Amino acid sequence: MRSDDGHMDVALTINGKPVSVRVPAMERLLDTLRYHLGLPGTKEGCGEGECGACTVWLDGLPVCSCLVPTFQCRGRDVKTIESIDPASLAPMLESGATQCGACTPGVVMTACWVREHPEILKTHTMRELLAGNLCRCTGYDGIVDGMTRMLDNSGGANGKYA
Amino acid sequence: MKRFEGLAKLTGAERYVDDLPADGGLGMGPMLWGMTVRSPASRGRVKEIKFGKSVDWKRFTVVDHRDLPGPNEVYLIARDQPVLAGTYVRHVHEAVLLIAGEDREQVRRAVAAVEVVIDREEPGLDYRAEPTADVVQFRGEYGDNIFKHLTINKGDVEAALRSAPIVVEGEYETGAQEHVYIECNGMIGWIDAAGVVCVKGSMQCPYYVLNALKHTFQRDEKGVRVIQTATGGGFGGKEDYPSVIGLHVALLAMKAKRPVKMIYDRGEDMQATTKRHPCHVRIRTGVDRDGHLLAQDISVRMDAGAYITLSPVVLSRGIIHAAGPYSCDHVRVDGKAVLTNSVPYGAFRGFGAPQTIFACERHMDVIAARLGLDPAQVRWVNLLRDGQTTSTGQVIRAHPPSKGTDRVALMERALELGKWGARKQEHAAFNSTSSRLRRGIGVATFWHGAGFTGSGETYLKSKVHIAGLPDGRVEVRIANTEMGQGTTTIMMQIAAERLGISVDDVLVAVPDTHIVPNSGPTVASRTAMVVGRLVERACDDLLVRRGMGLPAHVSGASPEAFAKNPTAGPNPSREIIGEAIYEPPPGIHWDDTTYQGDAYGTFGWGAYVAEVEVDLRTYATRVTDFVAVQEVGSVINPVLATGQVQGGVVQAIGWALMEECVWKDGAMANSQLTNYIIPTSDDVPPIRVEFFENPYPYGGKGSKGIGELPMDGPGPAIANAIADAMKDIGVEPNRLPITPERLMECVQRAEVAHAK
Repeated sequence: MRSDDGHMDVALTINGKPVSVRVPAMERLLDTLRYHLGLPGTKEGCGEGECGACTVWLDGLPVCSCLVPTFQCRGRDVKTIESIDPASLAPMLESGATQCGACTPGVVMTACWVREHPEILKTHTMRELLAGNLCRCTGYDGIVDGMTRMLDNSGGANGKYA
Repeated sequence: MKRFEGLAKLTGAERYVDDLPADGGLGMGPMLWGMTVRSPASRGRVKEIKFGKSVDWKRFTVVDHRDLPGPNEVYLIARDQPVLAGTYVRHVHEAVLLIAGEDREQVRRAVAAVEVVIDREEPGLDYRAEPTADVVQFRGEYGDNIFKHLTINKGDVEAALRSAPIVVEGEYETGAQEHVYIECNGMIGWIDAAGVVCVKGSMQCPYYVLNALKHTFQRDEKGVRVIQTATGGGFGGKEDYPSVIGLHVALLAMKAKRPVKMIYDRGEDMQATTKRHPCHVRIRTGVDRDGHLLAQDISVRMDAGAYITLSPVVLSRGIIHAAGPYSCDHVRVDGKAVLTNSVPYGAFRGFGAPQTIFACERHMDVIAARLGLDPAQVRWVNLLRDGQTTSTGQVIRAHPPSKGTDRVALMERALELGKWGARKQEHAAFNSTSSRLRRGIGVATFWHGAGFTGSGETYLKSKVHIAGLPDGRVEVRIANTEMGQGTTTIMMQIAAERLGISVDDVLVAVPDTHIVPNSGPTVASRTAMVVGRLVERACDDLLVRRGMGLPAHVSGASPEAFAKNPTAGPNPSREIIGEAIYEPPPGIHWDDTTYQGDAYGTFGWGAYVAEVEVDLRTYATRVTDFVAVQEVGSVINPVLATGQVQGGVVQAIGWALMEECVWKDGAMANSQLTNYIIPTSDDVPPIRVEFFENPYPYGGKGSKGIGELPMDGPGPAIANAIADAMKDIGVEPNRLPITPERLMECVQRAEVAHAK
C-alpha cells in the first residue's frame, strides 16, 4: 500500500521469519536489508547487477538485491547470507575462498545455491555458474576449489565439475 | 593456519564501514550522510558556484575551502593537492564542495542542485606529447610540466650501442587500470567528547591519514585519531586517496557538529580516485647474435595526472625495474613523471614496475624474433647469476647461496611445467590447419624489489609493539592493515612461533593510531617481510623485558616457553611492551643522488608461462593455461601465498586483455562495471602456482615480499604468447590492454607492413 509520504508497507519473509517494513516506494531490497532490517551481511559492490556481491535468494533463486525494488518482494521469500550455516562453509575457509571478504557473501549465496541444485552441474561448469560473482582478490581458484569440496561433502559433485 | 577472520567474511559477519549501525557505533546519534560536489571541467578558474533554489539549504551542512582550519593541502610527498579546490580546478571531478544531510537521497539531490561554473582553460591531456605553451602549468627544476626526472647510468651506453652488431628498437605502452576493490572507499568522521578529530574507515595506511589530519587541522598526534575498519580490498587504491576522504568527513563533522559518513558509490569511486599510471617506454638495445645484451637505452614516461601524489616514487620503482633481471654492462634509464590535467594517478599493485617490466619483457621477445632465437634462450643467456650486478650496480647476493632456486632454475621449472617445447610443436601443427584459431605460448622472467625503494625504510623508522598481557596472551600492535592479503593471520603465525605459544594466545590490535605505533604503510609488499621481522624482534624484546631470555629456537639456549609461565618477570599484573624499531640489514648502501647501490634489500623473482588462443573472427584472446613459478623467500602460509599469486595473476590478466579506461575530455567514460570489464571465473584458467623457497634472513620468518610480484609477469607473458600465436601474420602487440579492437589494429598494421 502506498502512503502519502511516498512510502510503502511491504510484508515478506526473510530467512524464514515474517517481516513487515515501511520503505520508500523505489527502495532497493539491498538497502532495506542493510539499513532497515539490520542485515548488513549482504554487500553492495557496483549497484547495477554486474558484480553479484549483493546476491540473495528470492523465492529460491539467486538474484542481485541491488536490482530488486523491495515492494516487488511483497509476499515473497528472501534468504540472505545470515541464513547460511557457518559449519557448512569450512571447506571454503580451508581452500582460501575468501580474501578481502567484500564479494564473499554473494559468492557464498551462489555456491550454496549450486550445492542445493547439483543437477545444474550436468549442463554448466562451476566457473560458468560463478561468473556472475566478481572477485578481485582470489583469482577464483580458491573459490572453485572450495565449492568443489563443499559439493563433495554434500555428495553432489565428486570433484568433477571444477 | 586458516585465515583468522575467514569465517566472519564467509558468513557476512565482518563489519565494513558501511555495515556499521546508523550511529556508526559511536553512541552520538544518527550519522549524517556526506557527499562531494566535483568539478565538471579539467582545468579552469572557478567563476561561480550556484546553489539551486529547489533545495532548502538550511537543512544541509556545506563545507568549502574557506572552512579549513589549516593549510589547504593534502599532506603527502608534496603539498600541491588542495583538500578542496578554491579558485582553480586542475582536473575533472576535483572536489570543490562537501555537503552533509540527514538522508542519503536528499543529499544526492542537493549535490545535483549545485552548479560549479568554470571559466575553462585548455587542459593538457596527452602525457606523451611535449607540452605546448598553453598547457604548461608547472615549471620545476626538471622542465615544463615535469614533476620528476630520474636517471640511472651504468657504463657507457652510447659507445656500446655504436659497437653493437645489432640494435633492436621498440616502443611499448600500457594504459590506466582501475583497482576495482569490491568495497568502495568509505569513511566516518566525528569529533569526540575530548575534542579529538576522529576518522575511521576503509584504508591501507592509517598514519598517512593521520598525517593529513594533523597538517590540515593543525593538531598534534593526540588531537587526531584514525582507526581502520575491515577493508574490502585495496591493491594500492586505498594507499593515498583515503587521506582525502578522511579530511572531507572530518571537515563536515566539525562544521555539522555531528558524525558524518561518506561512502562512495562505484561510479564516483572509479571517476574520482586514483588509477595505475599510464606509461610509455622506448627501448634501444644492443645485442650480439647469441642474444647477449650489450647495451640497454630505456626511456620511460608516465602520466602523473594533475597533482604529484605518489608519482615520484612510482617512477623510481618503474625505472629501477626497467632493465629487467638481466646482466648488462651498459644501461641508461631515463624516466619522467609528467603533469597532465587527468585525475591524479596513484599507487596500484606493482607501483610502476609492471609498466616497465611489460616493455622490457615484450622487448626481449622482439629481440628473440629479430635474431631467430627462442625467447627462452635469449633470457637464459642474460638472466642475472649470483654475483652479477643490476642496472644500479647492486650485486645480486643470495641468502644463503641460491643454487637450485635462482632465476635460471625458476625459468627452467616454469618452462617444464608449461611444456614449452612440446606445446610449441603442437601449436605449430594446430595453427597450420585451423583457419579461425591461433594458439601460442609466451614467457616472462622478472623481479620485484621487496619493501621500500632505496633509503625509504631507513627514513620511515617503523616501530612495532608486542604487548604481554596480564592473562598470558600477547597483542601485536602494528599500523599495518588487513585488506584481504592476510596480515592478521601472518602476524599471529609469526608472533606465536617466535614466542613458542599457540596462535590462540596471540591477539592483533585493531589499527588505531591511539593504540598502535607507526609501523609504516601497508604497501610495497613490505608487511610480512619488514614488519613481520620487527614483530619477531619485538617478541624477543618482550621476553627479555619479562626476564625470560630468548626462546630456544632463537637463542640456542635452554627452552623456556613463554606461555607456560605467563606471570613470570616483573609486574605481571600489568601489560609489558616489547618494542622494535627498523634497522637496515647490514651491508646495504644506496645513493639517492646517483641512483646507484642497493635499491632494495632483496628481490622476489618470477618466471611465468602463459598459453593463449586467439579467435581470428573476433580477435578475442583467451588465456588457456598459466604457470606461475616464483621465489619469495619462505612461504609462511601456503594457502594465503597461493591466493596472492592467483589473485595477482588474474588482476594482471585483466590489465593485459580487457581492462581499458575510456577517456572523454579527461573523465572516465566507462566508470561502471558494466563497461569497465574485469575477469570473471569463466574468463581465466586455473592458475598453476609453484614456489621455490630460499629464506631471507632479514624478513619475518624468512619471507620476502609477495603481493606485487604476480602483477608483473602476466602482461608480457600473455602479449608474447599472442605474438607467438600470430607470428605468421607478424603481429606486434606492444600496447596493453590487448582488447579485440587493439588486436585488430595490430593485424591491420601488420598487413599494411606486409603489403609494402
